[in-house]
Amino acid sequence: MGFLDIRNVTKSYGPVEVLHRIDIAVEEGEFLVLVGPSGCGKSTLLNMIAGLEGISGGEIAIKGRVVNGVHPSKRNIAMVFQSYALYPNMTVGQNMTFGLEMHGVPKPERDRALADVAKLLQIDHLLDRKPGQLSGGQRQRVAMGRALVRNPDVFLFDEPLSNLDAKLRVDMRTEIKKLHQKLKTTIVYVTHDQIEALTLSTRIAVMNKGHVQQLGTPKEIYDTPANLFVATFMGSPAMNIVPATVVMENGHPHAALTDADGGVHRLRFSQANLAAWEGKNILLGIRPEAITDPEGADRKSQNIQPFTNRVTVTEPAGSDTFVTMTLSGKDAIARMRADASVEPGQKFDFAINMEKAVAFDPATEERITP
Amino acid sequence: MAAVTQDTAVSTGRITRAFIYLVLILFALFYLLPLYVMGVNSLKPLAEITGGNMMALPSTWTLDPWRSAWSTAQIGVEPTGLKPYFLNSILMVVPAVAISTIVGALNGYVLTKWRFRGDTWVFGLMLFSCFIPFQIVLIPMAVVLGKLGLAGSVSGLILVHVVYGIGFTTLYFRNYYASFPTELVRAAMIDGAGFFRIFWRILLPVSGPIAVVSVIWQFTNIWNDFLFGVSFGGTSQPMTVALNNLVQSSTGVKEYNVHFAGAILAALPTLFVYIVAGRYFVRGLMAGSVKG
Repeated sequence: MGFLDIRNVTKSYGPVEVLHRIDIAVEEGEFLVLVGPSGCGKSTLLNMIAGLEGISGGEIAIKGRVVNGVHPSKRNIAMVFQSYALYPNMTVGQNMTFGLEMHGVPKPERDRALADVAKLLQIDHLLDRKPGQLSGGQRQRVAMGRALVRNPDVFLFDEPLSNLDAKLRVDMRTEIKKLHQKLKTTIVYVTHDQIEALTLSTRIAVMNKGHVQQLGTPKEIYDTPANLFVATFMGSPAMNIVPATVVMENGHPHAALTDADGGVHRLRFSQANLAAWEGKNILLGIRPEAITDPEGADRKSQNIQPFTNRVTVTEPAGSDTFVTMTLSGKDAIARMRADASVEPGQKFDFAINMEKAVAFDPATEERITP
Repeated sequence: MAAVTQDTAVSTGRITRAFIYLVLILFALFYLLPLYVMGVNSLKPLAEITGGNMMALPSTWTLDPWRSAWSTAQIGVEPTGLKPYFLNSILMVVPAVAISTIVGALNGYVLTKWRFRGDTWVFGLMLFSCFIPFQIVLIPMAVVLGKLGLAGSVSGLILVHVVYGIGFTTLYFRNYYASFPTELVRAAMIDGAGFFRIFWRILLPVSGPIAVVSVIWQFTNIWNDFLFGVSFGGTSQPMTVALNNLVQSSTGVKEYNVHFAGAILAALPTLFVYIVAGRYFVRGLMAGSVKG
């Protein structure tokens, strides 16, 4: 039993079921990110944890107490909204202590809590201002402060960074991570941004169409995606997915691919169990950073396969150079070091780290598990 | 791309400008004429009016018509002046405006932030009440007031005007609160504020503009109402009915100067409300129509 238990939870609007049997147990101090495209039900699930939406089936328990029928204010949670939802008529200080006031906490205690949190978030100089006089980043801090002051069991974040500009978003992301490391609070965080999910979380639930596609640590999600959806949704640029055939050579399963000029390459798999797929078609998934020049290849990897292909496009992006090629008729992207000398049209020797390659069943789109 | 120059702008010469102002001033004078006539004639003795010159300034200035209209003029059978009726109107208008505005605000709050099954129907029906003519409900209303024992009393009039006003005030507040972010209400719910607390602490403080609209609208309508006043006023008739009784009396000399003074007295409160709150009126009417 976890700290926050979501057991078999469903949500229906009339005859339409939008969340199907969600089962997640969150441990104390965990940072769970619900990530998925818009309309996947992640915000609905968050609102159900908060008590702002009813639960159609299953149950949600916080600290072992089932909260299905419990009013939002009695669940000991705090929520940071996308729009921040700061009360426009109150000062920052009043905004932050409103919850404590409603819960009947005496004034001296409220002031102490306010002072602590304001100092922690470095907003002590803003306490007498109205939300309208604050910048986006400051409002964001105040919204977090309002949640922190309550000292709740679970923090709920609903896309809190999506209204900020790109630079501020990265700064605030680090800030949130720091806060979590310092305070060790339990957080459920909703976002559609996969980078936010990977950087912030201790665990990620990737959602699509009301189903949890995969629940795991960022590393599990990134390295061993459960299916094609997770593989392509997480990571930027997305994982390369190319059709391949499994062939046997020297007793090992290999992926047979064609390059831009029609030449066939056989790349040895690290997963021996793929022998069962001999002669069948699969979808081969390779992260861009697993395709490099030979010098840039991962030295710890046991399975680097050399491979020559024609370069279609190069895109220098400062820290990396992205190289596009054609593999089995599909575009595939390689992530090179910035100083790799690659020219479009050139035949280039790549090195593929097959340890990081995954194979998907084309029929079910599920990963073929070892 | 051609540069924007003065030539491309609409140019208004001095003569055109003078002409525009002249027309505007003429129209303003025309609209102010009735007020002028009422003003000057309420300040002169009756003889000067019957003498034939309505437009002239008084040759003898006097406040007697005002005193008479206020406290001694014959209203119906009693020589009480308009004073007691003015008081009746105030006693009716203030609670009726306050209650209908508060109820309208609560309705708007519920209809936008505490949606329930069929809420659009409820709102539609309330909206419908805005289109029912007063005359249709006179007899049912009389029956209800009689059953409640409120016939012919100020409380009865308050009830009638509240019931009739709620449709409008609900419309105002519903549309205003519709653009109020629901996330704020949710945040307050999580913070532990209840139904009335959220209303009182979160919504009401930002409802100024629309409250002004509601108050002005209700105040003018209720203060100027004649039909309900004359039908259900009984012994506590409002200002409008008294003014009618003053002006329409068929016995004795027609004291035009007193009538003018009385008419101005009857119009003063609404004028006052417009002058004090008028600039918020347009602001409130426009609220929500443009995305800020």
